[in-house]
Amino acid sequence: MTDKLGFKPRNWNSHPAYLSPDYKSTALRSPTKPLVPLAQSLSEITGPVYGHESVGPLDADLTRNGATAGEPLGERIIVTGRVLDEDGRALPNTLIEVWQANAAGRYVHAADQHDAPLDPNFFGGGRCATNAEGWYAFKTIKPGAYPWGNHLNAWRPNHIHFSLFGPSFATRLITQMYFPGDPLLDLDPIFLATPEAARGRLVADFSLEATEPGVALGYRFDIVLRGRNETPMED
Amino acid sequence: MTQKQTPSQTIGPFFAYGLTPEQYGYNLTSIAAPDVANKDQAGEHIRIEGQIFDGEGVTVGDAMIEIWQADAAGRYAHPADSRGSNADFTGFGRVGTGTDPERRFFFETIKPGAVGDGQAPHINVIVFMRGMLNHAYTRIYLSDEVEANAADPVLAGIPDHRRGTLIAKRDDSGAGPVYRFDIHMQGADETVFFDL
Repeated sequence: MTDKLGFKPRNWNSHPAYLSPDYKSTALRSPTKPLVPLAQSLSEITGPVYGHESVGPLDADLTRNGATAGEPLGERIIVTGRVLDEDGRALPNTLIEVWQANAAGRYVHAADQHDAPLDPNFFGGGRCATNAEGWYAFKTIKPGAYPWGNHLNAWRPNHIHFSLFGPSFATRLITQMYFPGDPLLDLDPIFLATPEAARGRLVADFSLEATEPGVALGYRFDIVLRGRNETPMED
Repeated sequence: MTQKQTPSQTIGPFFAYGLTPEQYGYNLTSIAAPDVANKDQAGEHIRIEGQIFDGEGVTVGDAMIEIWQADAAGRYAHPADSRGSNADFTGFGRVGTGTDPERRFFFETIKPGAVGDGQAPHINVIVFMRGMLNHAYTRIYLSDEVEANAADPVLAGIPDHRRGTLIAKRDDSGAGPVYRFDIHMQGADETVFFDL
């Protein structure tokens, strides 16, 4: 096989531990035995290929893709940024899937029983792809905070879920983007499970440059996926 | 310029309308489905099914499983596989465990061929769920590939008592071959998860 290059390892100084006791659901769902090291083969350095062809005309505009009889309620925002690898190389034409609560903090998902209103004009799911320089953008409504059952008076900070493939099965990432200045961040066991030095990478920056005058506030959120090893792997 | 990896966060309980919308009946096109192979796809058509168990042996009903596999000839539909991809077969499937009353996951696919690098035929798996802050990688090997499994370098590196957690059991008693692959997050039968 030719051009058999692997990817740098998951950096466990960047990612949360599987077992993070303050996030109570991890107790019965986290692997307890050490992960088994696996040398990367063609199985790991390949992966599903999704790009612009997977994005429908309204998929990147969550203010319109669920509208039935008008506009969704809430604060319109634009989220934009670059998807890069650890060496700062742009990752072009890579798919990003997003999902989030509405402005009231309620998900469309049937299992969400939070007593806050659904918005008949907001769905909350969408997708976009990066351009040749790694830039992506989507328009949405700023999601609301909502309570959850982790502990008494637990509230999730405002957040948007992101799912990315990158160039291989090894670069797969699901994460959450948070908003700057949110007082709930310091109380959230999911955010706080992240190593302290890495937490800032989950928080978007307000961006006047990305703000569309008269329409929507802008937020900048860059995403970094695993980079490529510099030397070819052994077969 | 050197950049640092964006941290992983949990998929949470409410991913279905964004990631598996058609399976759950939401009004958004899905990019991937439990049906990986169409009827005309070359190869042996198989079903893979299983359940995910938490540390108390309770089935998990809000997980998402993704699979990535080679086609029947052992080729991946990706530019890094220089042998040329099979354009009709993406090799990628995605399913949530929330639509089956018994919380099973299932894939309709074809049996993967050996890639040709000494590894036995296998299917690559990622597990996501609420309560997992990082996704977990595992693999499905196939119980009828006895000789290939015996020669597989990855299986060879797994302690004997854990190797079986990676091998799906083939059942030919029904209409078509079914491979049963359960995933145990914890306990005596804890599935082998990989750091890759």
